[in-house]
Amino acid sequence: MIASARLPTVSGQPAIQVRGLVKAYGSLRAVDGIDLEVQRGQCVALLGPNGAGKTTTTEILEGYRQRDAGDVTVLGVDPGRADRRWRTRIGIVLQQVGDLAELTVRESLAHFAGYYPDPRPVDEVLDRVGLTAKADARGRTLSGGQRRRLDVGLGIIGRPELLFLDEPTTGFDPEARREFWSLIASLRAEGATILLTTHYLEEAEALADMVGVINRGRLVAFDPPHALGGRHTGTTRVAWTEDGAPRSVETETPTALVAELAARMGGEVPNLTVTRPTLEDMYLDLVDDGPGQAQP
Amino acid sequence: MSREPGTLSIGWSRIGIELKQLLRDREAFVFTLALPMILMLVFGSVFGDQELGPTGITFAQYFVAGMIASGIVYTSFQNLAIGIPQERDEGTLKRLEGTPMPKAAYFLGKVGQVCVVYVLQLALLIAIGVLLFEVEVPSTAEQWAALAWLSILGLTTWTLLGLAFSSVPKSGKGASAVVTPIILVLQFTSGVFFAYDQLPSWMQQLAALFPLKWLTQGMRYVFLPDSAAALEVTGSFEMARVAMVLLVWTLLSALLAWGFFRWRRRGDG
Repeated sequence: MIASARLPTVSGQPAIQVRGLVKAYGSLRAVDGIDLEVQRGQCVALLGPNGAGKTTTTEILEGYRQRDAGDVTVLGVDPGRADRRWRTRIGIVLQQVGDLAELTVRESLAHFAGYYPDPRPVDEVLDRVGLTAKADARGRTLSGGQRRRLDVGLGIIGRPELLFLDEPTTGFDPEARREFWSLIASLRAEGATILLTTHYLEEAEALADMVGVINRGRLVAFDPPHALGGRHTGTTRVAWTEDGAPRSVETETPTALVAELAARMGGEVPNLTVTRPTLEDMYLDLVDDGPGQAQP
Repeated sequence: MSREPGTLSIGWSRIGIELKQLLRDREAFVFTLALPMILMLVFGSVFGDQELGPTGITFAQYFVAGMIASGIVYTSFQNLAIGIPQERDEGTLKRLEGTPMPKAAYFLGKVGQVCVVYVLQLALLIAIGVLLFEVEVPSTAEQWAALAWLSILGLTTWTLLGLAFSSVPKSGKGASAVVTPIILVLQFTSGVFFAYDQLPSWMQQLAALFPLKWLTQGMRYVFLPDSAAALEVTGSFEMARVAMVLLVWTLLSALLAWGFFRWRRRGDG
């Protein structure tokens, strides 16, 4: 056990461990004391308004930025002292970039494959990201969705243990987004750990095991999507029509209430709806700073 | 675990990628490779037959020396000082930073690209000169040797200056507006477009502070007959001095590149 504990791939060790992370730009504390733990094989989504500190946090984990305080370990290494070996083990898909315009998809993938000791075969990656038909197209001729899939292809070409995705589907149409999700799901199924930031709640819900909400530099919630912010235990709204007037009640025991209504009305309850708060409701609740506290 | 690929082999593969990107990008292609040839054609056609004083040297012969010296500046300095800010804006450099590519491999790729494009340009400029304007190629081994060391020192200096200067433009879009005028002014004052000895002396002295003047002077030694030394301000091509100045500039530009080159845009990390 002692020998294996030194191996970076020990399954018991979290892929990402963050304690008390702080990053300030001048007087603004962009990240103000974040704790976060991502287990191996997990997909974690970070949500939050623009300027909340998502990208700063992610870029510290990716080794792009130095932190001001806190302990950070990514795959057992401090990303502030990232070396080549560590970089071969992570994949990064940055926010929208416009490079590689003049290279074909295959040329780009083949070139980046050459940076890694054990890359995935180019044809396999083309197939995975659905760009086989576009293999010989130049970067600048790709649509937004195809372009993003190339970015993911470049992110996974080195067989990363951990993949960072920064707002991967911004600007996608719904169909492209669904296709993208199934790509990410298939990577997850192979055991990759994924940390993604997104503005889309349904994306977090579809992909993530855990959702973290960052607001004003702090992690204000970290739960499975179905339980975000106490969503699974919170009150439920039951609405119906009685005596020609709409009625609604917030309750923690919706089943009992519906049974009681059914008994009282002798059968069908007119216009009955039972609604749990959506992920969006919980999210908006979590990032609501109250009046006068809006971000500049 | 398999071994990590070596810096040299990655650098080699970056040369190929850099060349493909430059030659396929119309703007970069025109500015870097085609412009000196277009200038050679235009100036050669207009003034090519005129003779410089009583020496019997045609302006085309004089101009090919200046254009080859300028070609060094175009292929290295202009190419990098405009291209790298664009790469910074497009996210190329940030993407590379996030991969295990050794940073040295990036610079190897740039240096290789610059060298290949320069050699191509040199061959094409000489070919245009010889075929269209009756330019004579160097006749002695000393001249060819001088062409070699001038090219090496010039490319080294101007490549390093390009790396340093790539941090000056605020954006990729604005880069050519900052870089191109500097090159034009240096060309006008360094004896590329006009005979250097005809320039006002304050202009000569200003140009003598910068390496293009000395490169151009050295290239005149390569392409003009010995008798043309009489047209030089000092009556000599001063090749030892040319080498000294270029060496000093190489060291200086290495310091500048070391101090100023940046991977990120200002305000990004």
